[in-house]
Amino acid sequence: MTRYAGNAAALRALVRDQEVHRDVYVSEEVFQLEMEHMFPNSWVYVGHDSQVPNAGDYFGTTIGTQPILMVRHTDGTVKVLHNRCPHKGTRITSETCGNAGKFFRCPYHAWSFRTDGSLLAIPLKKGYENTGFEQSHAASGMAPVRHVRNYRGFVFAKINDGGLDFEEFFGDSLSSFDNMIDRSPVGQLKVAGGVLRYMHNCNWKMLVENQTDTCHPMVAHESSAGTVVEVWKKAPPGTKKPMAVEIIAPFMSPYEFFENMGIRIWDNGHGHTGVHHSIHSDYSAVSGYFEKMTVAYGEERAKAILGENRHNTVYFPNIMIKGPIQLLRHFKPIAANKTLVESWTFQLVDAPDMLLERTLMYNRLINAPTSIVGHDDLEMYERAQEGLHSNGNEWVNLQRLYSPDEAGQTNVAVNGTSEWPMRHQFRAWTKFMTMGM
Amino acid sequence: MSMVAEAPLKNAIPTDQELIDFVVREARLIDQQRFDEWLDLYADDAYYWMPLEWNQTDPRLTCSLMYEDKLLLSIRVERLKGARTFSQKPKSRCHHVLQTPQVDSRDPAANNYVTWTPMHYIETRMDEQTLFAAWATHHLGVENGRLKIKLKRVDLINCDAAFGNIQLFM
Ligand code: FES
Ligand SMILES: [Fe+2]
Repeated sequence: MTRYAGNAAALRALVRDQEVHRDVYVSEEVFQLEMEHMFPNSWVYVGHDSQVPNAGDYFGTTIGTQPILMVRHTDGTVKVLHNRCPHKGTRITSETCGNAGKFFRCPYHAWSFRTDGSLLAIPLKKGYENTGFEQSHAASGMAPVRHVRNYRGFVFAKINDGGLDFEEFFGDSLSSFDNMIDRSPVGQLKVAGGVLRYMHNCNWKMLVENQTDTCHPMVAHESSAGTVVEVWKKAPPGTKKPMAVEIIAPFMSPYEFFENMGIRIWDNGHGHTGVHHSIHSDYSAVSGYFEKMTVAYGEERAKAILGENRHNTVYFPNIMIKGPIQLLRHFKPIAANKTLVESWTFQLVDAPDMLLERTLMYNRLINAPTSIVGHDDLEMYERAQEGLHSNGNEWVNLQRLYSPDEAGQTNVAVNGTSEWPMRHQFRAWTKFMTMGM
Repeated sequence: MSMVAEAPLKNAIPTDQELIDFVVREARLIDQQRFDEWLDLYADDAYYWMPLEWNQTDPRLTCSLMYEDKLLLSIRVERLKGARTFSQKPKSRCHHVLQTPQVDSRDPAANNYVTWTPMHYIETRMDEQTLFAAWATHHLGVENGRLKIKLKRVDLINCDAAFGNIQLFM
């Protein structure tokens, strides 16, 4: 039964000012429409160009559920291609990353393609003479994703021609990327440490919303962070606080801490928690780092860069970054009730190793399938995914600190426990979902 | 719960059989959820390491699934007892099937003994049952006449796969 396909009004009716209908999370049809409309209309994160340093290097990923490939072309630019052979559809690369050499060669019938996707050669070429092959889709090779932007190493792509251009889509929100990158004394990041992959049986939007949900840590994470605080209390006085305690304990901060920390709202579903301070504010200094930053930027600017304590910056639709610890989480939709979470970590080029060590510790303590903090969250998402099938109430409430005049506002900082970011994500959802419908 | 208590070592240098018995007992303590006794098998400066990468050599600048000192392990054990540990309502259960541990190296002078144990580990919660295949490497030493774990390394055959929650200990 289709209810929503081609029906912009029905889709719009799923999102109200203060609540959303459960079908945005549980309906397979809505999920399919997200893949057909919302993701292709948005600038979606592909990867970091340090993953493809040399000509011919490639990295396979997805935009929504469509397989794509990021590749370093012979001219040094990064291309994004649909990972599909124009002959019969075969996925061109079997491994997630590797080096193609000068060209891709399809493993099925050996058609080959330059690293910008254009067709290089076909075996038995004569067989295509006088068939009108030149006019076929196939003749143009692997289809490139036409709209690609490399922002200081972070590669984004948009599949559809319509929609917003890059600057319009992101606006001021790119300041969070800037801050993360500027934390390197040479202004450069490198993917490092390996990627953690964590399978979630829930809708991808539950994860995105959770990145700005500041009323759950002290409740859901009492089990993990609360236990850390309790165990740490028993340490003999004077014991040096371990890095692990510095990382986990702030999750137990009281409501007041989160209220005062603030949330900033930008356009198009983007925003960040931690306007004034955050759970990352009180990490111990890493020796030698500030000195290096001062040499690179001057003391005042170095202080300004490191004084930003943004907690989670959400880039709609499906990534979150943490500038203070150089971490990016990618929420990859698989089905209405299934999401793959990839947690990527970055090294600040020319900064002490200790910073990467802390980033990796954070990643495995919070974001791993073997973590404890992650267990708390996933349990809640999966319970919500099940609970939403109840007919007792078809609506999800997003009302906290709602104000009727908030819809058109952008670049405002509000109370850190507001559900404005979630309402705002759903306004963007409706916009990109119905764009061109 | 009945089970032979840990026997003190007969001599200063453990026999192969004593090393093997120790590894088998460790798995049993986990299966029987005797986590306080289990934790007691670890030296104070011990680590429990579960690499994320095949043949990983660096636990510091390469991410791991787990790389935990005794403080973090004790936090996990406390957490499992917690009244508001929602991901453990209901509780997970687990089951180890070990091959006979092989003694890879013995170095009494350095007080270091290494065993290698291929195993299957099954974790269940509610209607889900998940099977993991792994190799456990134990670095053991003698402390006050008892064997202690200095490092336990668990290499999953699919260490880099996307997992759901893995809640207990392998
Ligand atoms: S499917 Fe790729 S060459 Fe035939
Ligand atoms: Fe959380």
